[in-house]
Amino acid sequence: MGRSWTSYLKYALPAAMVLLSFAVAGVIGWLLFWGGLAALGGQLASRVAARLIPQKTREGFVNVVITLAGYSAIVIIAFIFLFIFKEGVAAFRAVPVGEFLKTVWQPAAEVPKYGIIPLATGTVMVTAVATVIALPLGLGTAIYLSEVAGGREREIVKPIVELLSAVPSVVYGLLGMVVLGDVIPRITGTPFRLNAVNGGLVLAVMLTPMLASLAEDALYSVPRSYRVAAFALGATRWETIRRTVVPAAASGVTAAILLSVARTLGETMAVLLATGNMAAFTVNPLSSVRTITATVAIEMGDAVFGGEHYHVLFALGVVLFSITFIVNLTSQVVMDRFARRFRG
Amino acid sequence: MAGATRAAVKPGLTAGRKIANAVMKQVFRGLTYLVVAVFGGIVAYIVVRALPVLSLTFITQPPRHGMLAGGVSTCIYGTVALLTLTSALAVPLGVAAAVYVNEFIGWGKRARVIRAAVNNLAGVPSIVFGLFGLAFFVVFLKIGASILAASLTLAVVVLPIVIVSTEEALKAVPRDYRLGSAALGATRWQTISRVTLPQAVPGIITGTILSIGRVAGETAPILFTGAAFYLPRLPDHPQEQFMELSYHIFAMATQASDITKSMPIAFGTALVLLVLVFAFNLVGILYRAKLRRKRVW
Repeated sequence: MGRSWTSYLKYALPAAMVLLSFAVAGVIGWLLFWGGLAALGGQLASRVAARLIPQKTREGFVNVVITLAGYSAIVIIAFIFLFIFKEGVAAFRAVPVGEFLKTVWQPAAEVPKYGIIPLATGTVMVTAVATVIALPLGLGTAIYLSEVAGGREREIVKPIVELLSAVPSVVYGLLGMVVLGDVIPRITGTPFRLNAVNGGLVLAVMLTPMLASLAEDALYSVPRSYRVAAFALGATRWETIRRTVVPAAASGVTAAILLSVARTLGETMAVLLATGNMAAFTVNPLSSVRTITATVAIEMGDAVFGGEHYHVLFALGVVLFSITFIVNLTSQVVMDRFARRFRG
Repeated sequence: MAGATRAAVKPGLTAGRKIANAVMKQVFRGLTYLVVAVFGGIVAYIVVRALPVLSLTFITQPPRHGMLAGGVSTCIYGTVALLTLTSALAVPLGVAAAVYVNEFIGWGKRARVIRAAVNNLAGVPSIVFGLFGLAFFVVFLKIGASILAASLTLAVVVLPIVIVSTEEALKAVPRDYRLGSAALGATRWQTISRVTLPQAVPGIITGTILSIGRVAGETAPILFTGAAFYLPRLPDHPQEQFMELSYHIFAMATQASDITKSMPIAFGTALVLLVLVFAFNLVGILYRAKLRRKRVW
């Protein structure tokens, strides 16, 4: 080793800059090449088609293709439901439902045990920690960006918040594993380097920018006239935020919270790396836990294809899909109603 | 609204109200800059931890010595191949879907149902996409765990993002353009292909770049659909397995035989991935900013 890593510090920024500019050049090159190729191909095809096929036939064909594509999202959602369900429902045939509601998860044991409770509590604990931390951060950022920050500041800070949500979840997980894995035991004295608090903190960092940008959209869509009216009545900015803007945007903000918490619930790679993945039942947030998502990610590789365990993992997928589907649909309805109110 | 009239604003700007206002402003600013600081800290930490392994050969050489030395070239290749195939699959479909929703049906019940499905698709947990990819593409369609299966799965992940951003770009094209075109006797498709789409192309490109950046680091959907722990050579066929950056980070962090040697590689790989993702986002954000400045309507 020789030199400590701090001696590399002075190279860090230039190295990152050089790398980034290389990558930007690479991305632009990549886009130009493939985009150009696609555009060229499209042009050529449409020229040829224009020569060979009469306009009516062409338009009819295009209409059919676009209509089919239009329904792709619905078809895909249906297929996801169908295929996850098809594989998952076999689990309920092999294992009685009561077995799932127990507290021992040992799929590899002589007599496999599929109690889902420890996984559920793990998921809930991690998500709860994340929500408690991210709520003030995310909403505070949203309010600041929408109500307080000036145009220029907003223009700079907002992309940074967006970049934060672009960081891949596996990178967040790595940081939780290495950094928080050192810090949390030192502060709390827990024997678990990786635990529910660790995972929760990592998720909080991921939840914050998502929450911030969704909530900011909701706040931003409150008409200007509301604020102007409040100011005209002599309200300060804080009073305007607290008594006018936030109450007016309440349903939109609630939907934003629901939506981002549902995303957190389904987060996989970060918790996989940061929570330690012990499937024992516990309610101690400083002990290692394993979430539903992590269980699927870990065990699918070892599960015998088409076996009982395999189907149980798909059943976990069904649970995840159903929860997020319901939350998404609910927040969708709330947001729709909210958006329509201001569209006038 | 009720909120404003309920506000019991006392006459005169009392000191208490002034202080509350000033304090809360700083609180919000503090929270925001805490988020920014976290971002800065994360990037700085990764760069510093990655520096010991970082060199040109890290990008140009494949992993060696049980993946405890060498570079990540095979992973970069896999990621680029994956993203290329993914965008080739998702972008045409997504753009066509957005054209259907926005230009063919606009508002109304059918559009609402499709938009709800799109938004719901965007909220499906990534591991569920992985399960779906396994059950549908790998097993049911018998594609096998491969670049193709992984790209198809990722295309499903990115599809809703492409649709939403394309719709936004289409919505930004003024209605007058379409009416003008129709008044000149153009058919619907002529209007779309010669007027609406060309106007929306820059917006669509931005949206596409940003959405690809968003899925570049997705690991869970490719876990069971084709990502390989180690391959000695580059895949040369879409139905082969592949190495990929984000999966490589996961492998280096959890499954390497010597953690002291693999951790720097994990951070090096994380930096490469981060730089790639940021490059996509940076290009997208800068291009978007340029578009906004240029927009005349």
